[in-house]
Amino acid sequence: MSEWLGHAIASPALLLMAAGLVLAVTPRLVHAIWLLAVPVLALALLWALPTGLHGQVSLFGFDLTTLRVDGLSRIWATIFIIGSFLTGLYALHVDDRVQHVASLVYAGAAVGAVLAGDLVTLFIFWEATAISSVFLIWARRTVRAHIVGLRYLVIQVISGLLLMVGTIIHYHQTGSIAFDHLGLNVAGGWLIFLAFGIKAAFPLLHNWVQDAYPESTPTGTVVLSIYTTKLAIYSLARGYAGTELLITIGAVMTLFPIFYAVIENDLRRVLAYSLNNQLGFMVVGIGIGTPLALNGAAAHAFAHILYKGLLFMSMGAVLYRVGTVKASELGGLYKSMPFTTVFCIVGSMSISAFPLFSGFVTKSMILAAAADSHHWIAWCVLLVASAGVLDHSGIKVPFFSFFAHDAGYRVKEAPLNMLAAMAITAALCIGIGVYPAPLYAILPFDVPYSPYTTAHVVNQLQLLLFAALAFVVLFRSGLYPPEVRGLNIDSDWIYRRALPFTVSAVRWALMRARDAAIGVLTIGLGGARRRIEASFGARGVMARTWTTGVMLLWVTALLAAYLWLYY
Amino acid sequence: MSRRTRDIGLFERPAVIRTLIAILGLSCAGLLVSEFFYAKHPHFGFDGWFGFYPLAGFAAYCFIVLSAKALRPVLRRSENYYGEADPDEADLEESMGREHEHE
Repeated sequence: MSEWLGHAIASPALLLMAAGLVLAVTPRLVHAIWLLAVPVLALALLWALPTGLHGQVSLFGFDLTTLRVDGLSRIWATIFIIGSFLTGLYALHVDDRVQHVASLVYAGAAVGAVLAGDLVTLFIFWEATAISSVFLIWARRTVRAHIVGLRYLVIQVISGLLLMVGTIIHYHQTGSIAFDHLGLNVAGGWLIFLAFGIKAAFPLLHNWVQDAYPESTPTGTVVLSIYTTKLAIYSLARGYAGTELLITIGAVMTLFPIFYAVIENDLRRVLAYSLNNQLGFMVVGIGIGTPLALNGAAAHAFAHILYKGLLFMSMGAVLYRVGTVKASELGGLYKSMPFTTVFCIVGSMSISAFPLFSGFVTKSMILAAAADSHHWIAWCVLLVASAGVLDHSGIKVPFFSFFAHDAGYRVKEAPLNMLAAMAITAALCIGIGVYPAPLYAILPFDVPYSPYTTAHVVNQLQLLLFAALAFVVLFRSGLYPPEVRGLNIDSDWIYRRALPFTVSAVRWALMRARDAAIGVLTIGLGGARRRIEASFGARGVMARTWTTGVMLLWVTALLAAYLWLYY
Repeated sequence: MSRRTRDIGLFERPAVIRTLIAILGLSCAGLLVSEFFYAKHPHFGFDGWFGFYPLAGFAAYCFIVLSAKALRPVLRRSENYYGEADPDEADLEESMGREHEHE
């Protein structure tokens, strides 16, 4: 039995990807089996693998380690596979082969990337996630989704190219392709850091998340929200733990998407901004780099995939039934979709980190680690950001879709499979919050931590309930910004407006310059041409027809001159 | 999907809304009083001050929402600003009207 274990072929990643490819040609009826059974098998396979390095293969003259199982990679692979099961269940009713295939291949690629023991294997799976995931955006089958998908793909491929060039430089300088701690000072360190930073949605590199994720299908967005960004967080935790710069980057990441989330109208885009903000917490944890902080980042990624997935699922259900997730158009849906409402609220309370919900037991580890290492500015930023999370994900998303003023929609409750997926995810969110021990047991480092101290519970409740009180005060007094239609310009304005504008302005200027140059030349040349034409043209001196008499006169004169010269 | 006449739901009754707000208010009051009854473990000093967390929650929330509100006129454009809005999704007439406003 254990003989084939540890070979590259016995990889949970390849299992998921192969299942995706098989699904492409199997009848619709067996899709359910693939979508649900394969993740279960993959999870069993992952946990059957003993800790250590497996799956060594030789490729292009490199010795690759395709399966590295340790505390850090195992928790990430575990949650990715759980995520693929939940999204499979959530999308069971979808009759679109492209989405099912893309979901499984994408999940497999992400699992393969976190299990990669070297940079070349990482690069291969890194690109595979980019290429498989774009089909989930194109699956919306609108012109807009097509354009957005192309933009998404370009940015993902740029990240892959940076990783590749960084790896080549790193290999040339050090002779190693091992994917262990890198740091910024090694050869190629900055390029690889930037590659990870694009996928982790660092500030100013972030906008592909908010641009692309909300344009996917109701189910596709849930799938997208799980893998790419958390794969980048894993890669940062593996390669750049303890890099001080990450504390600053992460703190900025927690803060600035909040402002956008508050004024954004598309609720799935609000969640995309909120996703960005949650990544910031993890990035700060990685920047601090202590065992507690890294445990916090890992635990928070685990909990985040579940509650963020749950929130995207509830908004996906709304989009599926109502046809829009614009806050300005929604309201009062709790009457028609009571179960979805409850699940959404569970997701909201988890992300807001209410005690007994998953966010509480994971986010607090990062804050505790920041306090332990005396990063008081970062700690304060995270505290402010925590109050912000309560607004956009805790209040805004459920309140404006399910409550607020009744928009009059009377729709059916979400399909049964969607409800089942949301119910399981909600149960996991509460389960982790109430009984975090099993999650803590699979964290990469062995650090004792207990979230449920009196001070912590009271302080967190104070923070959240007083923030909620602020919402009530602002909302009742009319100071809360109303939900209105519109689009908010973000850093994508640089490459969607400023850059094309600059290019066309430069082109226009060049054309004007060319016209001017041609003008000058034409005038100059025109003068010369006129002079030449005056002498040699059809009416020029040289082309004049002369009478025979004049010709005879000239000949006589020339002969006379000749005679005179000769004698 | 259908849009029918509105019926007054549970969470639209003024009495229910008032009750919910009263519960929130009482919880907040209770949490403020509880400041006297537990042992604090401040990490930095300032986080041990009386009412630090309630004040932080209230003030941070107001700061975020009000500054975002102030940013909205600067950042907001029509839904078809980039010319990519789906015709059935965006309110194109409104968009076209507002497109001029921002140029």
